[in-house]
Amino acid sequence: MNALIRLLAVVRKELRQLRRDRLTFAMIVGIPIGQILLFGYAINLDVRNLAAAVSDQADTHLSRQFVAELGQTQVLRIREHVTTPEQLEDLLRAGRISIGVHIPYDFDRRVIDADRPAAHLLVDGADPTILGVANQLANMPVAFDTWPVLTPPRRTLEVRPYYNPERRTAVNIVPGLIGVILTLTMMLFTAVAIVRERERGNLEFLINTPVSTTQLMVGKVIPYVVIGLIQLALITGAGKLLFDVPIRGSILQLYVAAFAFIAANLALGLFISTVAKTQFQAMQVTFFILLPSILLSGFVFPFDGMPVFAQYLGELLPITHFIRLTRGIMLREASLPEISSELLLLVVFTVVAMTAAILRFSRRLD
Amino acid sequence: MTNSTDTNRSGYAITARGLTRKFGDLVAVSNLDLDVPRARIYGFLGPNGSGKSTTIRMLCGLLTPTSGSATVLGMDVSGNTERLKPRIGYMTQKFSLYGDLTVCENLEFVADVYSYPRSGRNARMAELLENYDLEDQAKQLAGTMSGGQRQRLALASAVLHRPELLLLDEPTSAVDPRSRRDFWAKLFELSDAGTTILVSTHYMDEAERCHRLAILDRGVKVADGAPADLQENTGMAIIEVLAESPSRAQSLLSELPEVRSVTQLGVRLRVLVPSRVDAPLDLVSGALRDAGVAADSSIVPASLEDVFVAVTQDDGSSERAA
Repeated sequence: MNALIRLLAVVRKELRQLRRDRLTFAMIVGIPIGQILLFGYAINLDVRNLAAAVSDQADTHLSRQFVAELGQTQVLRIREHVTTPEQLEDLLRAGRISIGVHIPYDFDRRVIDADRPAAHLLVDGADPTILGVANQLANMPVAFDTWPVLTPPRRTLEVRPYYNPERRTAVNIVPGLIGVILTLTMMLFTAVAIVRERERGNLEFLINTPVSTTQLMVGKVIPYVVIGLIQLALITGAGKLLFDVPIRGSILQLYVAAFAFIAANLALGLFISTVAKTQFQAMQVTFFILLPSILLSGFVFPFDGMPVFAQYLGELLPITHFIRLTRGIMLREASLPEISSELLLLVVFTVVAMTAAILRFSRRLD
Repeated sequence: MTNSTDTNRSGYAITARGLTRKFGDLVAVSNLDLDVPRARIYGFLGPNGSGKSTTIRMLCGLLTPTSGSATVLGMDVSGNTERLKPRIGYMTQKFSLYGDLTVCENLEFVADVYSYPRSGRNARMAELLENYDLEDQAKQLAGTMSGGQRQRLALASAVLHRPELLLLDEPTSAVDPRSRRDFWAKLFELSDAGTTILVSTHYMDEAERCHRLAILDRGVKVADGAPADLQENTGMAIIEVLAESPSRAQSLLSELPEVRSVTQLGVRLRVLVPSRVDAPLDLVSGALRDAGVAADSSIVPASLEDVFVAVTQDDGSSERAA
């Protein structure tokens, strides 16, 4: 009973401090809304409007028509017309265009001659995405009006897009974004929690009271669990409203998954807090974990496409498992029992990190 | 291991034997023996770095002694820290309550963590607010209060759960003289009510108020006793010199091999001469006369500052217990 009273005393103290900390309070709401606007609108894997230039040395009816068709794909935005391929190279080097279209004098003859490419694309191949787009453009058909209409070659495989037929990036991004935002805020809030008490001198008083380490740790975490769930509501709400991101599975199950994930991040944050000496160190460690959480979790790049070594690293991060859960529940209408192993891993992670934090926290000064 | 009846019989709230704490090569506290009687105010006097805070932290279990042992309220500190915590009140040197909580919220938090019974809680908090003159600040954030107010809040928090033993680490270092005087009045009230108080300070006037006093110098206890006894048994003759040119007199007297120390206080000099020297007054006044310095010299009773000077500026041979 006394233990419960002490635990609740720590919770109430945290809530009162939180209420007076306006910046943190603003971050609770500001980070999810700001990030979803930023990522939702900015991350777009459909490549469009690449800056391009054309050197049309043929300048025939067919070549002009071809250039116009390239522009109509909306993949390229033709900014300039030049006269030589060397000028295209200059523009590439200056970074003013990503793709240069070079149409040689004998364009019309090349079109007839199936053995020779009709024109050239000069591509800034440093970005593999742009190179991929260029390869698609390379297959664009070109023909004289007088030729019979070609039947497109028969496809071996038919593609049937499930879950996101409109190919909207936001549908894939938002479920992962929940993970990124919760990782950032939850870990940051608790990573500085113990360190701040130490820096302000409160810890010397606190460890001299009968409050136990577990009461202190759990009491500090509880308010943030609630905050994390509120953030989840904000992100899914904004995702639905702004980007029409569906929640096809059970909302309750989504919250259960989020609860496990929030607990894992808070426990990890507390552990960081017992390792770091200053708040600045705590933040550095947080960002050290945040970056791989964004890059190695399958949030941006397909997980299966990563090198095996990176996959192992990714499996160690709680967000990797959470993103599988959210994409499963929100997009594929999966139910928790079908993906329960991911949930179980989050629970194991939480228990390990929390135990480590409690063991590492010393109620002595030496 | 001392059981609690033993301690009650001996009447000591704290006993320590050979208490030592090293930080790497630095010996912060060296071989300290301590007997703190119950329901008394016991002072630790010493400059910064003399080991006062380290000792207090060892006594409440925050630091583990490198060697030696301490018994607090009848229990060996090592192994009983958790059982002792509810019985001890601790006031840290730096304000350690929450600056972003109000006075009332801080007290409420302390009451919760010490499991103060619900029924008497409101009465206790009202009593503390009144007693420590914090009624007007009840709703004020602790971080926005003056040094004196914060210190009163810290003491109120430390005594809220009615501890048998109060450990106060330089509680008055950040407050004005009037607040200090009020603060000591509170300490005497608590002591009269039966609380044992161990308080560290580097103010002589505060040390003088303690029932009993230990003087620490670089981790070593160099004197231990009631202030009056320490003053009577300095082993020094104290000679006050009123000279026309004090600085000349000071440099002259400092060179005499018999003189331990010369301290200037305004126009007066306090000269310490070990008791074993015969006719110390004649020695001092003779030396001044020979040098042609006009001065009035007389033997005066020792102040606590003289005690401090006598036991700390020394090779360590003059430890004396009263």
